[in-house]
Amino acid sequence: MSTVEFAPAAVPTPLKPRERESEAWRVLGEVQDPEIPVLSVVDLGVIRRVHVAPSGALEVDLAPTYSGCPASLVIRSSVVSALRAAGFDPISVTEVLSPPWSSDWLSEAGRQKLKSYGIAPPAESVASPRALWRAEPSVACPRCDSHDTQVTSQFGSTPCKALYRCNACLEPFEYFKCI
Amino acid sequence: MSADNETMTPALQATRLDYLLQLADTSLILGQRLGEWVGHAPALEEDLGLANTALDLIGQARLLLTYAGELEGRGRNEDQLAFLREESQFRNPALVEQPNGDFGQSIVRQVLIDAYQLELYQRLQHGKDTRLASICAKSLKETRYHLQYSSGWLIRLGDGTPESHARVQRALTQLWPYTHELFEEQESDRALIAAGFAVPLAEVQCHWLLRLDAILREATLQRPQDTPFRWSGRRGQHSEHLGYILADMQHLQRAYPGAHW
Repeated sequence: MSTVEFAPAAVPTPLKPRERESEAWRVLGEVQDPEIPVLSVVDLGVIRRVHVAPSGALEVDLAPTYSGCPASLVIRSSVVSALRAAGFDPISVTEVLSPPWSSDWLSEAGRQKLKSYGIAPPAESVASPRALWRAEPSVACPRCDSHDTQVTSQFGSTPCKALYRCNACLEPFEYFKCI
Repeated sequence: MSADNETMTPALQATRLDYLLQLADTSLILGQRLGEWVGHAPALEEDLGLANTALDLIGQARLLLTYAGELEGRGRNEDQLAFLREESQFRNPALVEQPNGDFGQSIVRQVLIDAYQLELYQRLQHGKDTRLASICAKSLKETRYHLQYSSGWLIRLGDGTPESHARVQRALTQLWPYTHELFEEQESDRALIAAGFAVPLAEVQCHWLLRLDAILREATLQRPQDTPFRWSGRRGQHSEHLGYILADMQHLQRAYPGAHW
Protein backbone atom coordinates (compact mmCIF):
# COMPACT_ATOMS: atom_id res chain seq x y z
CA MET A 1 0.00 0.00 0.00
CA SER A 2 2.61 2.51 1.07
CA THR A 3 4.73 1.92 -2.13
CA VAL A 4 1.96 3.39 -4.21
CA GLU A 5 2.32 6.68 -2.38
CA PHE A 6 6.00 7.48 -2.93
CA ALA A 7 6.94 5.65 -6.11
CA PRO A 8 5.45 8.09 -8.69
CA ALA A 9 6.97 11.13 -7.04
CA ALA A 10 10.47 9.63 -6.82
CA VAL A 11 10.88 8.55 -10.44
CA PRO A 12 10.90 11.70 -12.65
CA THR A 13 12.95 14.07 -10.46
CA PRO A 14 16.52 12.65 -10.76
CA LEU A 15 16.40 12.75 -14.57
CA LYS A 16 15.18 16.28 -14.90
CA PRO A 17 18.31 18.24 -13.91
CA ARG A 18 20.38 16.04 -16.19
CA GLU A 19 18.09 16.79 -19.12
CA ARG A 20 18.36 20.46 -18.35
CA GLU A 21 22.13 20.14 -18.31
CA SER A 22 22.21 18.53 -21.74
CA GLU A 23 19.85 21.23 -23.00
CA ALA A 24 22.30 23.83 -21.62
CA TRP A 25 25.22 22.11 -23.39
CA ARG A 26 23.20 22.16 -26.63
CA VAL A 27 22.55 25.91 -26.24
CA LEU A 28 26.23 26.56 -25.45
CA GLY A 29 27.21 24.61 -28.56
CA GLU A 30 25.64 27.46 -30.54
CA VAL A 31 27.32 30.34 -28.69
CA GLN A 32 30.00 31.70 -31.01
CA ASP A 33 33.48 32.82 -30.11
CA PRO A 34 33.40 36.59 -30.79
CA GLU A 35 36.71 36.60 -32.69
CA ILE A 36 36.52 33.26 -34.48
CA PRO A 37 32.76 32.90 -35.06
CA VAL A 38 33.17 29.49 -36.69
CA LEU A 39 34.02 28.09 -33.22
CA SER A 40 31.49 27.66 -30.46
CA VAL A 41 32.53 28.16 -26.85
CA VAL A 42 32.20 24.38 -26.45
CA ASP A 43 34.59 23.78 -29.39
CA LEU A 44 37.02 26.24 -27.82
CA GLY A 45 37.06 24.13 -24.64
CA VAL A 46 36.28 26.96 -22.24
CA ILE A 47 33.15 25.39 -20.73
CA ARG A 48 34.40 23.21 -17.91
CA ARG A 49 31.18 22.22 -16.19
CA VAL A 50 27.44 22.70 -16.44
CA HIS A 51 25.44 21.80 -13.39
CA VAL A 52 21.89 22.25 -12.18
CA ALA A 53 22.05 23.04 -8.46
CA PRO A 54 19.43 21.63 -6.06
CA SER A 55 17.95 25.15 -5.93
CA GLY A 56 17.33 24.92 -9.69
CA ALA A 57 20.00 27.50 -10.56
CA LEU A 58 22.26 26.72 -13.50
CA GLU A 59 25.97 26.81 -12.66
CA VAL A 60 28.51 27.18 -15.45
CA ASP A 61 32.28 26.95 -14.95
CA LEU A 62 34.13 28.99 -17.52
CA ALA A 63 37.91 28.84 -18.14
CA PRO A 64 39.47 31.97 -19.65
CA THR A 65 41.81 31.45 -22.62
CA TYR A 66 44.50 34.17 -22.49
CA SER A 67 44.72 36.28 -19.31
CA GLY A 68 44.35 39.52 -21.21
CA CYS A 69 42.06 38.42 -24.00
CA PRO A 70 39.36 41.07 -24.45
CA ALA A 71 37.05 38.39 -25.86
CA SER A 72 36.74 36.73 -22.43
CA LEU A 73 34.27 39.34 -21.24
CA VAL A 74 32.20 39.00 -24.41
CA ILE A 75 32.21 35.20 -24.11
CA ARG A 76 30.91 35.42 -20.58
CA SER A 77 28.08 37.74 -21.45
CA SER A 78 27.09 35.79 -24.59
CA VAL A 79 26.99 32.59 -22.53
CA VAL A 80 24.66 34.20 -19.99
CA SER A 81 22.38 35.82 -22.54
CA ALA A 82 22.07 32.66 -24.68
CA LEU A 83 21.20 30.55 -21.64
CA ARG A 84 18.74 33.15 -20.38
CA ALA A 85 17.07 33.28 -23.79
CA ALA A 86 16.69 29.49 -23.59
CA GLY A 87 14.81 29.86 -20.30
CA PHE A 88 17.55 29.26 -17.76
CA ASP A 89 17.29 31.49 -14.72
CA PRO A 90 19.07 32.09 -12.42
CA ILE A 91 22.49 31.43 -13.95
CA SER A 92 25.79 31.68 -12.10
CA VAL A 93 29.07 31.73 -14.03
CA THR A 94 32.28 30.95 -12.17
CA GLU A 95 35.70 31.62 -13.65
CA VAL A 96 38.03 28.65 -13.16
CA LEU A 97 41.79 28.97 -13.63
CA SER A 98 42.86 25.48 -12.70
CA PRO A 99 43.71 23.42 -14.63
CA PRO A 100 44.64 26.24 -17.01
CA TRP A 101 43.16 26.40 -20.49
CA SER A 102 45.53 25.37 -23.25
CA SER A 103 45.15 24.76 -26.98
CA ASP A 104 44.76 21.07 -26.08
CA TRP A 105 41.24 21.89 -24.84
CA LEU A 106 40.13 22.61 -28.40
CA SER A 107 37.72 19.87 -29.52
CA GLU A 108 38.37 17.69 -32.56
CA ALA A 109 35.32 19.25 -34.23
CA GLY A 110 36.76 22.65 -33.41
CA ARG A 111 40.06 21.79 -35.07
CA GLN A 112 38.25 20.73 -38.24
CA LYS A 113 36.13 23.89 -38.26
CA LEU A 114 39.24 26.06 -37.85
CA LYS A 115 40.95 24.37 -40.78
CA SER A 116 37.99 24.75 -43.14
CA TYR A 117 37.72 28.41 -42.03
CA GLY A 118 41.33 28.94 -43.18
CA ILE A 119 43.04 28.97 -39.78
CA ALA A 120 45.62 26.24 -39.18
CA PRO A 121 44.72 24.35 -35.97
CA PRO A 122 47.41 23.85 -33.27
CA ALA A 123 50.03 21.57 -34.80
CA GLU A 124 50.51 19.32 -31.83
CA SER A 125 49.65 18.73 -28.21
CA VAL A 126 51.48 20.96 -25.74
CA ALA A 127 52.46 17.73 -24.00
CA SER A 128 54.01 16.14 -27.10
CA PRO A 129 57.69 15.12 -26.81
CA ARG A 130 58.65 17.61 -29.52
CA ALA A 131 56.90 20.45 -27.70
CA LEU A 132 58.59 19.44 -24.45
CA TRP A 133 61.94 19.87 -26.19
CA ARG A 134 60.75 23.23 -27.50
CA ALA A 135 61.14 22.18 -31.11
CA GLU A 136 59.30 24.39 -33.59
CA PRO A 137 56.05 22.66 -34.56
CA SER A 138 55.58 21.80 -38.21
CA VAL A 139 52.48 23.72 -39.25
CA ALA A 140 50.46 22.54 -42.25
CA CYS A 141 48.89 25.05 -44.64
CA PRO A 142 45.10 24.94 -44.15
CA ARG A 143 44.60 25.37 -47.91
CA CYS A 144 47.04 22.97 -49.59
CA ASP A 145 48.20 20.89 -46.57
CA SER A 146 51.86 21.51 -47.38
CA HIS A 147 54.22 21.50 -44.40
CA ASP A 148 56.57 23.84 -46.25
CA THR A 149 55.43 26.89 -44.28
CA GLN A 150 57.15 29.70 -42.42
CA VAL A 151 56.19 31.97 -39.57
CA THR A 152 55.86 35.62 -40.52
CA SER A 153 54.77 36.94 -37.11
CA GLN A 154 54.57 35.20 -33.74
CA PHE A 155 51.58 37.34 -32.87
CA GLY A 156 48.47 38.04 -34.90
CA SER A 157 45.12 39.79 -34.82
CA THR A 158 44.07 38.04 -31.60
CA PRO A 159 46.15 36.69 -28.69
CA CYS A 160 45.51 33.09 -29.79
CA LYS A 161 46.93 33.37 -33.31
CA ALA A 162 50.25 33.71 -35.13
CA LEU A 163 50.83 34.55 -38.80
CA TYR A 164 52.30 32.11 -41.32
CA ARG A 165 52.99 31.89 -45.04
CA CYS A 166 52.82 28.77 -47.17
CA ASN A 167 55.88 28.37 -49.42
CA ALA A 168 54.04 25.88 -51.63
CA CYS A 169 50.84 27.78 -52.52
CA LEU A 170 52.23 31.18 -51.41
CA GLU A 171 49.11 32.02 -49.41
CA PRO A 172 49.42 33.75 -46.03
CA PHE A 173 47.36 32.18 -43.27
CA GLU A 174 46.65 32.41 -39.55
CA TYR A 175 47.73 29.73 -37.11
CA PHE A 176 46.05 28.93 -33.79
CA LYS A 177 49.05 28.88 -31.43
CA CYS A 178 50.01 25.93 -29.27
CA ILE A 179 50.07 27.17 -25.72
CA MET B 1 41.96 29.35 1.53
CA SER B 2 39.82 30.96 4.21
CA ALA B 3 40.93 28.38 6.80
CA ASP B 4 44.49 29.27 5.87
CA ASN B 5 43.85 32.94 6.37
CA GLU B 6 42.38 32.52 9.82
CA THR B 7 45.34 30.61 11.23
CA MET B 8 47.84 33.11 9.89
CA THR B 9 49.48 35.81 12.00
CA PRO B 10 48.64 39.37 10.91
CA ALA B 11 52.33 39.95 10.14
CA LEU B 12 52.53 37.01 7.77
CA GLN B 13 49.23 38.04 6.22
CA ALA B 14 50.61 41.53 5.48
CA THR B 15 53.75 40.00 4.01
CA ARG B 16 51.70 37.81 1.72
CA LEU B 17 49.78 40.81 0.50
CA ASP B 18 53.04 42.63 -0.17
CA TYR B 19 54.38 39.63 -2.08
CA LEU B 20 51.28 39.49 -4.28
CA LEU B 21 51.65 43.20 -5.01
CA GLN B 22 55.28 42.65 -6.03
CA LEU B 23 54.19 40.05 -8.57
CA ALA B 24 51.19 42.06 -9.76
CA ASP B 25 53.04 45.37 -10.09
CA THR B 26 55.89 43.75 -12.03
CA SER B 27 53.41 42.67 -14.70
CA LEU B 28 51.29 45.80 -14.52
CA ILE B 29 54.12 48.32 -14.92
CA LEU B 30 55.90 46.31 -17.60
CA GLY B 31 52.60 45.93 -19.45
CA GLN B 32 52.06 49.69 -19.25
CA ARG B 33 55.59 50.33 -20.52
CA LEU B 34 55.19 47.93 -23.44
CA GLY B 35 51.91 49.61 -24.30
CA GLU B 36 53.90 52.75 -25.15
CA TRP B 37 55.20 50.89 -28.20
CA VAL B 38 51.76 50.66 -29.78
CA GLY B 39 51.93 52.55 -33.03
CA HIS B 40 55.70 53.11 -32.69
CA ALA B 41 57.30 49.68 -33.14
CA PRO B 42 59.77 49.16 -36.02
CA ALA B 43 57.29 46.96 -37.92
CA LEU B 44 53.62 46.06 -37.68
CA GLU B 45 54.51 42.51 -36.55
CA GLU B 46 56.55 43.88 -33.63
CA ASP B 47 53.79 46.33 -32.77
CA LEU B 48 51.48 43.32 -32.45
CA GLY B 49 54.06 41.30 -30.57
CA LEU B 50 54.73 43.94 -27.93
CA ALA B 51 51.06 44.86 -27.60
CA ASN B 52 49.99 41.24 -27.18
CA THR B 53 52.69 40.68 -24.57
CA ALA B 54 51.46 43.81 -22.78
CA LEU B 55 47.89 42.50 -22.91
CA ASP B 56 48.86 39.17 -21.33
CA LEU B 57 50.86 40.95 -18.62
CA ILE B 58 48.01 43.28 -17.75
CA GLY B 59 45.63 40.31 -17.69
CA GLN B 60 47.94 38.52 -15.26
CA ALA B 61 48.21 41.67 -13.14
CA ARG B 62 44.40 41.86 -12.95
CA LEU B 63 44.16 38.31 -11.60
CA LEU B 64 46.87 39.03 -9.02
CA LEU B 65 45.47 42.41 -7.97
CA THR B 66 41.96 40.99 -7.58
CA TYR B 67 43.38 38.32 -5.31
CA ALA B 68 45.46 40.87 -3.38
CA GLY B 69 42.35 43.00 -2.84
CA GLU B 70 40.42 40.03 -1.47
CA LEU B 71 43.29 39.01 0.78
CA GLU B 72 43.57 42.54 2.10
CA GLY B 73 39.87 42.48 3.01
CA ARG B 74 39.36 46.24 2.81
CA GLY B 75 37.09 46.10 -0.18
CA ARG B 76 39.63 47.34 -2.72
CA ASN B 77 39.30 45.84 -6.19
CA GLU B 78 41.85 45.53 -9.00
CA ASP B 79 41.08 49.00 -10.35
CA GLN B 80 41.44 50.73 -7.01
CA LEU B 81 44.77 48.99 -6.43
CA ALA B 82 46.07 49.86 -9.89
CA PHE B 83 44.78 53.40 -10.20
CA LEU B 84 44.66 54.80 -6.69
CA ARG B 85 47.89 53.72 -5.02
CA GLU B 86 50.74 56.19 -4.60
CA GLU B 87 54.17 55.69 -6.11
CA SER B 88 55.75 54.49 -2.86
CA GLN B 89 53.04 51.84 -2.54
CA PHE B 90 54.03 50.17 -5.80
CA ARG B 91 56.16 47.07 -5.32
CA ASN B 92 57.59 46.41 -8.77
CA PRO B 93 61.34 46.04 -9.25
CA ALA B 94 62.85 49.17 -10.80
CA LEU B 95 63.88 47.20 -13.91
CA VAL B 96 60.35 47.15 -15.34
CA GLU B 97 59.89 50.92 -15.01
CA GLN B 98 63.07 51.70 -16.98
CA PRO B 99 62.38 53.61 -20.20
CA ASN B 100 61.78 51.65 -23.40
CA GLY B 101 64.81 53.11 -25.16
CA ASP B 102 65.20 51.69 -28.65
CA PHE B 103 63.59 48.41 -29.69
CA GLY B 104 66.75 46.53 -28.68
CA GLN B 105 66.68 47.94 -25.18
CA SER B 106 63.03 46.98 -24.72
CA ILE B 107 63.89 43.48 -25.93
CA VAL B 108 66.78 43.17 -23.46
CA ARG B 109 64.52 44.24 -20.57
CA GLN B 110 61.89 41.81 -21.80
CA VAL B 111 64.27 38.83 -21.94
CA LEU B 112 65.50 39.57 -18.41
CA ILE B 113 61.95 39.70 -17.03
CA ASP B 114 60.46 36.90 -19.13
CA ALA B 115 63.15 34.46 -18.00
CA TYR B 116 62.70 35.65 -14.40
CA GLN B 117 58.92 35.23 -14.46
CA LEU B 118 59.28 31.85 -16.14
CA GLU B 119 61.55 30.46 -13.43
CA LEU B 120 59.52 32.08 -10.66
CA TYR B 121 56.10 30.91 -11.90
CA GLN B 122 57.40 27.44 -12.58
CA ARG B 123 58.09 27.11 -8.88
CA LEU B 124 55.13 29.09 -7.55
CA GLN B 125 52.68 26.90 -9.46
CA HIS B 126 53.47 24.16 -6.92
CA GLY B 127 53.31 26.51 -3.91
CA LYS B 128 51.08 26.16 -0.89
CA ASP B 129 48.94 29.13 -1.86
CA THR B 130 46.60 27.31 -4.23
CA ARG B 131 45.04 30.41 -5.72
CA LEU B 132 48.41 31.97 -6.48
CA ALA B 133 49.56 28.59 -7.82
CA SER B 134 46.66 28.50 -10.28
CA ILE B 135 47.35 32.07 -11.46
CA CYS B 136 51.04 31.18 -11.98
CA ALA B 137 50.24 27.93 -13.81
CA LYS B 138 48.01 29.91 -16.15
CA SER B 139 50.47 32.79 -16.64
CA LEU B 140 53.34 30.39 -17.25
CA LYS B 141 51.92 29.30 -20.61
CA GLU B 142 51.90 32.91 -21.77
CA THR B 143 55.29 33.73 -20.25
CA ARG B 144 56.90 30.84 -22.11
CA TYR B 145 55.65 32.29 -25.38
CA HIS B 146 56.84 35.79 -24.43
CA LEU B 147 60.35 34.46 -23.85
CA GLN B 148 60.33 32.66 -27.19
CA TYR B 149 59.55 35.96 -28.84
CA SER B 150 61.93 38.17 -26.87
CA SER B 151 64.87 35.74 -26.88
CA GLY B 152 64.38 35.15 -30.61
CA TRP B 153 64.81 38.88 -31.17
CA LEU B 154 67.75 39.20 -28.79
CA ILE B 155 69.57 36.46 -30.71
CA ARG B 156 68.84 38.14 -34.04
CA LEU B 157 69.98 41.54 -32.81
CA GLY B 158 73.00 40.31 -30.86
CA ASP B 159 74.17 38.07 -33.66
CA GLY B 160 73.12 40.63 -36.27
CA THR B 161 74.96 43.67 -37.61
CA PRO B 162 77.77 45.40 -35.68
CA GLU B 163 75.30 48.23 -34.98
CA SER B 164 72.53 45.99 -33.60
CA HIS B 165 75.08 44.00 -31.59
CA ALA B 166 76.58 47.12 -30.04
CA ARG B 167 73.17 48.53 -29.17
CA VAL B 168 71.83 45.47 -27.37
CA GLN B 169 75.16 44.93 -25.60
CA ARG B 170 75.01 48.53 -24.35
CA ALA B 171 71.40 48.06 -23.20
CA LEU B 172 72.35 44.86 -21.39
CA THR B 173 75.21 46.60 -19.58
CA GLN B 174 72.89 49.45 -18.67
CA LEU B 175 70.06 47.29 -17.35
CA TRP B 176 72.11 44.55 -15.72
CA PRO B 177 72.57 46.35 -12.35
CA TYR B 178 68.77 46.46 -11.97
CA THR B 179 68.55 42.66 -12.03
CA HIS B 180 70.17 42.36 -8.62
CA GLU B 181 67.02 43.26 -6.72
CA LEU B 182 65.00 40.54 -8.46
CA PHE B 183 66.83 37.97 -6.37
CA GLU B 184 67.48 39.90 -3.20
CA GLU B 185 65.86 37.99 -0.39
CA GLN B 186 64.28 40.27 2.17
CA GLU B 187 63.53 39.19 5.69
CA SER B 188 59.84 39.05 4.88
CA ASP B 189 60.61 36.71 1.96
CA ARG B 190 62.21 34.25 4.32
CA ALA B 191 59.08 34.07 6.50
CA LEU B 192 56.98 33.45 3.40
CA ILE B 193 59.35 30.81 2.07
CA ALA B 194 59.30 29.02 5.41
CA ALA B 195 55.49 29.01 5.29
CA GLY B 196 55.50 27.66 1.70
CA PHE B 197 53.98 30.81 0.16
CA ALA B 198 57.08 31.97 -1.72
CA VAL B 199 60.07 30.28 -3.31
CA PRO B 200 63.78 30.62 -2.50
CA LEU B 201 65.14 33.34 -4.76
CA ALA B 202 68.65 31.90 -4.88
CA GLU B 203 67.23 28.87 -6.64
CA VAL B 204 65.28 31.06 -9.07
CA GLN B 205 68.43 33.08 -9.77
CA CYS B 206 70.52 30.01 -10.45
CA HIS B 207 68.10 28.70 -13.08
CA TRP B 208 67.54 32.18 -14.49
CA LEU B 209 71.28 32.56 -15.06
CA LEU B 210 71.54 29.18 -16.78
CA ARG B 211 68.72 30.05 -19.10
CA LEU B 212 70.00 33.55 -19.74
CA ASP B 213 73.57 32.44 -20.40
CA ALA B 214 72.37 30.02 -23.08
CA ILE B 215 70.48 32.86 -24.81
CA LEU B 216 73.39 35.31 -24.49
CA ARG B 217 75.83 32.75 -25.89
CA GLU B 218 73.68 32.28 -28.96
CA ALA B 219 73.28 36.05 -29.24
CA THR B 220 77.10 36.44 -28.98
CA LEU B 221 76.59 38.87 -26.08
CA GLN B 222 78.69 39.24 -22.94
CA ARG B 223 76.98 38.92 -19.58
CA PRO B 224 78.05 42.10 -17.69
CA GLN B 225 79.91 41.96 -14.40
CA ASP B 226 77.87 42.42 -11.24
CA THR B 227 78.20 45.88 -9.75
CA PRO B 228 77.66 47.24 -6.23
CA PHE B 229 74.66 49.22 -7.58
CA ARG B 230 71.51 48.51 -5.52
CA TRP B 231 67.92 49.48 -5.95
CA SER B 232 64.81 48.39 -4.09
CA GLY B 233 61.67 49.06 -6.04
CA ARG B 234 60.25 46.00 -4.34
CA ARG B 235 60.31 47.99 -1.10
CA GLY B 236 58.69 51.00 -2.72
CA GLN B 237 61.82 53.00 -3.55
CA HIS B 238 61.50 53.83 -7.19
CA SER B 239 63.49 55.55 -9.87
CA GLU B 240 62.25 58.86 -11.23
CA HIS B 241 60.53 57.02 -14.09
CA LEU B 242 57.67 55.41 -12.16
CA GLY B 243 56.01 58.73 -11.33
CA TYR B 244 55.61 59.53 -15.01
CA ILE B 245 54.18 56.10 -15.77
CA LEU B 246 51.65 56.48 -12.96
CA ALA B 247 50.74 60.01 -13.99
CA ASP B 248 49.89 58.63 -17.41
CA MET B 249 48.16 55.50 -16.16
CA GLN B 250 46.24 57.03 -13.25
CA HIS B 251 45.35 60.43 -14.64
CA LEU B 252 41.82 59.55 -15.65
CA GLN B 253 40.84 57.98 -12.32
CA ARG B 254 42.40 60.87 -10.42
CA ALA B 255 40.68 63.53 -12.53
CA TYR B 256 37.31 61.77 -12.70
CA PRO B 257 37.11 59.50 -9.64
CA GLY B 258 35.05 56.37 -10.26
CA ALA B 259 34.72 57.03 -14.00
CA HIS B 260 34.12 53.94 -16.09
CA TRP B 261 32.81 53.05 -19.50
